[in-house]
Amino acid sequence: MNYTLDFTPVIDGLPNLLWACLGTFTLAICGMLLAIVIGIGGVILRQSPFKPLRWLVIGFVELIRNTPFLVQIFFIYFALPLAGIRLDPTPTAIIALGINGGAYAIEIIRGGVQSISKGQMEAGLALGLHKAQVFRLIILKPALRAIYPSLTSQFILLTLTTSIASAISAYELTSVSQRIESDSFRSFEVYFTVTAFYLVISWVMMRIFALFSSRYFSYPIR
Amino acid sequence: MNQTANSGNSTEPMISLSGVGKWYGAFQALDNINMSVAKGEKIVLCGPSGSGKSTLIRCINHLEAYQKGDIHVGGIMLGHGSKTIDAVRREVGMVFQQFNLFPHLTVLQNCMLAPMRSLGLEKAQAEDRARTLLERVKISEQAEKYPAQLSGGQQQRVAIARALCMRPKAMLFDEPTSALDPEMVKEVLDTMIALAEEGMTMICVTHEMGFARQVADRVIFMASGAIVEEAPPAEFFSNPKHERTRKFLGEILGRH
Repeated sequence: MNYTLDFTPVIDGLPNLLWACLGTFTLAICGMLLAIVIGIGGVILRQSPFKPLRWLVIGFVELIRNTPFLVQIFFIYFALPLAGIRLDPTPTAIIALGINGGAYAIEIIRGGVQSISKGQMEAGLALGLHKAQVFRLIILKPALRAIYPSLTSQFILLTLTTSIASAISAYELTSVSQRIESDSFRSFEVYFTVTAFYLVISWVMMRIFALFSSRYFSYPIR
Repeated sequence: MNQTANSGNSTEPMISLSGVGKWYGAFQALDNINMSVAKGEKIVLCGPSGSGKSTLIRCINHLEAYQKGDIHVGGIMLGHGSKTIDAVRREVGMVFQQFNLFPHLTVLQNCMLAPMRSLGLEKAQAEDRARTLLERVKISEQAEKYPAQLSGGQQQRVAIARALCMRPKAMLFDEPTSALDPEMVKEVLDTMIALAEEGMTMICVTHEMGFARQVADRVIFMASGAIVEEAPPAEFFSNPKHERTRKFLGEILGRH
């Protein structure tokens, strides 16, 4: 109980920590963009009339959602080099986050697409549009709007999952703070600060999501 | 554009169905439908629910596949390949019971989307066309609004304008007033009557018998997936030949 708080190492390391926050942001944003692409692409393939393609997507989703993220990132970082694919920690982390988030995004977005009434597809087809055009121009936006809250909470989770990338020493907040902690042994001060930083990062993410929503999903419904 | 040349032949019907049959598994939804609609002709299709009238018009633009028979639209044989299906869909407009406007697009954008993406019109051209047609259905002042901000009747008029923006040769109406509050039925029917007076070829599935009397060249009565009776409205209403028609008319006219 006679522990004296000493934030000096944290203050000295502040520039490093702030840069590391930017690293975390980069991982999160890039991972999310990749997850969106995988999510939408996966939903399109999942609806393909070609059965093996559908099975491929189902298999991918099951594989990713039923294995730990840490193992997935280790697999890309340590196992793939044996197959000749060697990536730096940061690209590895982005790919792992994108693949992991993408698998969840597929299921979430698919729910959104299913929630759109069949009449929308029929109206598009009756106007002479192709199925792909109908999906892209008519179905996608209302579908994304319908599941936007679930998708954003999944993406907040993805943002926090970036901390696991410290296991392969990607440049982000947790790994940099671990270094400061192991040099100074000021565990409480370091993790207290890092916790606050993660809170701020999540809050900023939520602001970005809300801003996006107010820009793109502002049309009235009912 | 060679399709336009074909339909210039006035002896050829705008829409013709011969021996069309459709099954849902073992259930026969359409039974040997033969029907021919001349250019400018207005047909009202009626019948009890489940009689196949909606299924029938949905086959004409291939929203429903059929297993037997042939359908020709504007000189194009509606095959099962996507090329002819798309060609037919560009020639035939459809209006749905539930309007099916696109909620994320304004009224104007709803009307411009398909002319730009399907016909390849320039934006200015599509907008011009959309505004003209919105004017025609008397709703031009709502052009910048979203569907959810309109009443049901207004939405259905926009849906009619949206279909007309493709400059279709024929229009299919699938119970266009059934989802409307009673006070909005008239504005939609008036729009359809105006369209009929301009010479549009129309097939309407509807229970609005007043509309049938006023506009239809022929009334076709369906039951159990088959055409039971067809006649000009005066004859159809005053002197129905079949027992099923009489029973149906008794029920539907007794209500009003």
